[in-house]
Amino acid sequence: MIKGLIKGIAVVALLVTATSCVHLKEYQKNRLNDSEMALGNRKVEKNELNFESYREAASGANAGKTGGGCGCN
Amino acid sequence: MLCRLNASAQVSNNSLAENKAPFTISTPAVTDTSDYKLRKIHVDEVDFVSSYYNQNGDHSAVTGGIGTEKVTDVANGLTLNLVWLNKANNKNTLEVGLGFDYHTAASQAFVSKTGASSPSGTRIYPSLDWTVENAKKGNTFGIGTYYSNEFNYKSLGADLHFSQKTANKNGEFSAKLQGYFDQVTLIYPSEFPTLSSADYNGNGNGSGDGRGHHNYGSSPRTTLAASFSYSQMINSRLQIMFLGDVVTQHGFLSLPFHRVYFNNGQDTVEHLPSSRFKLPVGARLNYFLGDNIILRTYYRYYIDNWGIRSNTAGIEVPYKVTSFFSISPFYRFYNQTASKYFAPYEAHSPTDQYYTSNYEYAKFESSFYGIGFRLAPPNGVFGWQGLHEMEIRYGHYTQTTDLVSNVVSISLGFK
Repeated sequence: MIKGLIKGIAVVALLVTATSCVHLKEYQKNRLNDSEMALGNRKVEKNELNFESYREAASGANAGKTGGGCGCN
Repeated sequence: MLCRLNASAQVSNNSLAENKAPFTISTPAVTDTSDYKLRKIHVDEVDFVSSYYNQNGDHSAVTGGIGTEKVTDVANGLTLNLVWLNKANNKNTLEVGLGFDYHTAASQAFVSKTGASSPSGTRIYPSLDWTVENAKKGNTFGIGTYYSNEFNYKSLGADLHFSQKTANKNGEFSAKLQGYFDQVTLIYPSEFPTLSSADYNGNGNGSGDGRGHHNYGSSPRTTLAASFSYSQMINSRLQIMFLGDVVTQHGFLSLPFHRVYFNNGQDTVEHLPSSRFKLPVGARLNYFLGDNIILRTYYRYYIDNWGIRSNTAGIEVPYKVTSFFSISPFYRFYNQTASKYFAPYEAHSPTDQYYTSNYEYAKFESSFYGIGFRLAPPNGVFGWQGLHEMEIRYGHYTQTTDLVSNVVSISLGFK
């Protein structure tokens, strides 16, 4: 399983490298700055993340709770 | 913390009164005569989020993996963002949060063997976070604190967070260190009265007051977490983020009112190890397709030392009907293997060292799908200038354990 994880990370890293990040000027970021493009959870999702942490064993890596802070695990 | 790329691009009007705008084209480099106002503390934004949640299922942990899981929950949160500039022209943000939840859980009544316990409860959770942003250096530094109080659980948390943009402002690294110092109230099922007044795996010191009330003891649970993320703009339509947490928990990690029935018919309470290590890693990839469609994707792999492996994959496709109105259908798939400490009703052996029949640790798959609407017109939602953004979202959740739930949420953003 760990091997699969490492492979997955390697593939993503390779893809990122292959696409070779372009240096973007500010005027080229209008689409990236669209609120729907935000790399995070929506405010309206806040309570959904809490419900998921009560019903599922996995948590974290989503800028939400990683455990603790509530009666959930 | 995840929204730094956009947030940073959006704060420039306020925070750069005497600096050249480093990454906007819309802000002319003019002297702002209202600078003195920016130095004053002012309310920048107020957010209100409210959700209604209901669920049903037949595997309650309170009754040993059988019995109703019917729950309703109303969760409300208010966040106030106060902003000011200090003498060095760094933007200071003080986020003051307050949450209040009310729930009813049918299984909670069966903490008492007869079903006479209260099936409802409340939770209140204030929070405070202070962040200083240095726009010249492209970094932020902040501290936060959190408190949560419900009848059977109390939590005190604190965190430190830091972020640094890359030199070309196209990438950003973030780190957050969190600690939660919790107390689990030792409320045992009524058929175990002696447990409630004795130490059990911790500092329990419960006692009765002779008037029908019980002073329950408590036991500590500590969670320490380090969270890291790196985001990168790939091109003018694509940006990605990698996320990872390292989490360790110690103390009383069971819940004392969760029953377990052994295969000989005898019942007891859940018993889990006193430490747990979690390692979730994930990635987000957002792509602006054409002029109106956005692909928001997410993947997470999770591993812990209780034997659980999990995959989470999500996709959301916002369609921008207009510049200020979007419709967003979404789908999330989740699976997990069972914890080595889980077994269903009457399947554990009395010789097992650790045991739980909480289906949170069972093997299952789940699907969560629904739709969201976002409205953010320039003249305010419904023409009300103060209400700059409104989101409504509905989701339907199903697990292969037969648990089904629905959640509807509304978020209002006031300026």
